[in-house]
Amino acid sequence: MANPIPQEIIISDKPFDLNEFNQLIQANQGESGAAVIFTGAVRVSEEESGLTGMTLEHYPGMTEKQLASIIKEAKSRWHLTRILVAHRVGYLAPGEPIVFVGVCGLHRAEAFQAAQFVMDYLKQKATFWKKEHYAEKSVWVEAKPSDEKAAGRW
Amino acid sequence: MKVTILFFANFKELLDCGSLEYELEEGATLQKLCENLSGKGRQWRAIFGNAPTTVKASINQEMADLQTVLSAGDEVAFFPPVTGG
Repeated sequence: MANPIPQEIIISDKPFDLNEFNQLIQANQGESGAAVIFTGAVRVSEEESGLTGMTLEHYPGMTEKQLASIIKEAKSRWHLTRILVAHRVGYLAPGEPIVFVGVCGLHRAEAFQAAQFVMDYLKQKATFWKKEHYAEKSVWVEAKPSDEKAAGRW
Repeated sequence: MKVTILFFANFKELLDCGSLEYELEEGATLQKLCENLSGKGRQWRAIFGNAPTTVKASINQEMADLQTVLSAGDEVAFFPPVTGG
């Protein structure tokens, strides 16, 4: 039996240590035959008027509750031996990771599906808001209908 | 009765307000609270007027619809659709 990760939710204003997260998910997987890891990062823009950074705001307390509920739902749908969901808040430079989702399952199909489910639900339900910074201005990102569609398929 | 109201993201900026202690009548719904808030000024009306469809709301950190009845001491939050991930 793979040891579950004691703290399955991390919300941090400090840069991620991806090696540490990978290790938590992948070390001594035990009975888990599959680990799937997803990392989302701030895009690096090559244009002159491009993105210079991003600020992520969240609703402390509610965000943790929602992530816990998404993790609970994922565990009820698939046999997951480990899961870790980490999300940055505060200021991020281009290239920095924003979100990390890692899951271990008995087989690859459930690990892939669970990771995608968690990301789709997180984007639709978790109380985070992005503000993009450009050379001349800063703008709050608007929600995309495609994200709603992605969450609706589960 | 008194409730606490929190605002996030561009709502917080537009209203220049992160949180508010607010007095309203017993048995008021979230809809009623939106109507009251829309009377507070131009920016407030822009967000809370006209049956808001782009306003998301939670009560005590659970998503809530506009027909929900509020209770004294509730923590209400208003925010735009989320954009994390």
